[in-house]
Amino acid sequence: MSYKFDFTFLLEKWPIVLNGVWLTVQLTIMSIALGFILGCICALVRVYGGRTVRMIVGTYVELIRNTPLLIQIFIVYFGLSSIGFKLSAEVSATIALVINMGAYTTEIMRAGIQSIHRTQLETADCLGLTRLQAILHIVLLPAIERVYPALSSQFVLLMLASSITSQISAEELTAVANNIQSETYRSFEIYIIVAIVYLILSLVYRIIFKALAHMLFPRRRKLGTPL
Amino acid sequence: MIQLNSDHILFLVMAARWTLLLSLIAFIGGTLTGLPIALLRSSSSRFLRLISAGYVQLIQGTPLLILIFLSYFGLGILGLKLAPLVAAGLALTLYASAFLGEIWRGCIEAVPRPQWEASDCLGLSLLQQYIYVVLPQAFRIAIPPTVGFMVQIVKNTSLASVVGFVELARAGQIINNSTFEPFIIFCSVAALYFLICYPLSLISRSLETKINASQI
Repeated sequence: MSYKFDFTFLLEKWPIVLNGVWLTVQLTIMSIALGFILGCICALVRVYGGRTVRMIVGTYVELIRNTPLLIQIFIVYFGLSSIGFKLSAEVSATIALVINMGAYTTEIMRAGIQSIHRTQLETADCLGLTRLQAILHIVLLPAIERVYPALSSQFVLLMLASSITSQISAEELTAVANNIQSETYRSFEIYIIVAIVYLILSLVYRIIFKALAHMLFPRRRKLGTPL
Repeated sequence: MIQLNSDHILFLVMAARWTLLLSLIAFIGGTLTGLPIALLRSSSSRFLRLISAGYVQLIQGTPLLILIFLSYFGLGILGLKLAPLVAAGLALTLYASAFLGEIWRGCIEAVPRPQWEASDCLGLSLLQQYIYVVLPQAFRIAIPPTVGFMVQIVKNTSLASVVGFVELARAGQIINNSTFEPFIIFCSVAALYFLICYPLSLISRSLETKINASQI
């Protein structure tokens, strides 16, 4: 093989790559936060809601979970703009990721909420907690604690999936890589670099989510049970 | 501008066959490489466990899109020009092997410890233990999550469109370029994906309840 690896273009391009990392972090944190809230609400509805809303949420979850993210992004970006909602690539990307994240979170949180025994809620009622307090402290937090490992790996998967938004040229890490690739023709080098950056990002996310768990659920640490 | 007509829908359905073929390639490739990984992941040698865990972390920590770019543009520039189908198949195989390996490791470890000990007492060799005792039981547990993962594979074949392989997603883009009706087209594309994936999801779920019921 006569190919010579050449990473010298990085000397010039590293600020752009770093900027791409920052954009990916912003995009994913935003989508994770909003998607998580959406998912929690949908999961509560899915468990405690009336028949009709339960069906609506169920349909939403199945529709999203059984179609590719790429197509969802296309529908939000190209589809919505063709019927009159003009959105920028970044906004479309965020919306698509939030909708996607929401569906997966709903399914995970539903399992968590269903694992909370009904008597817990009755007890909360007896203790004079309001409905909102009971939902928040007796249902949601313990439910999150139980499904936390599944949630955090879903968050990391979303971060990796955010690379797909480069297909509508939302400015993030992969889009930056594509740009550099078309300028320098160093496709192997740049994609290797970006792969390593994603690898580091996913490790960092994992560490942050673990630290977050220790802060949110100190009980677990004291009991010494594995998360 | 060309009006959207039934030929376009036919084109999409025809392209769906390539989606199915690519999914099949990825699944078979992923099975052939995922099984050794699952075995290595649950082996007694620390070194083998570490190597296979590293591989799984590596693949699971990088986006599939980047893997596809690497195998198509990256290998291409190194002098190994792969056809889009082969490049996408390779990337999807790597992806599937890491995830299937991890799923199956869980299934192998879910086989109760006494099964190992009992077969040891009966004088079975390691190979015999795997073939006659552990793997058949792990196989049973593995079916629902494996079928569930096939949904992920089908959905992720849509990423092959980025290297110009004409499967369902790419076919949708091509039609969109001539008719400019993205909303209808991409919704039909999504519907076709749904038609492939939803039955798999249902099968996976019903198998899960069946197996859980028989174990209690």
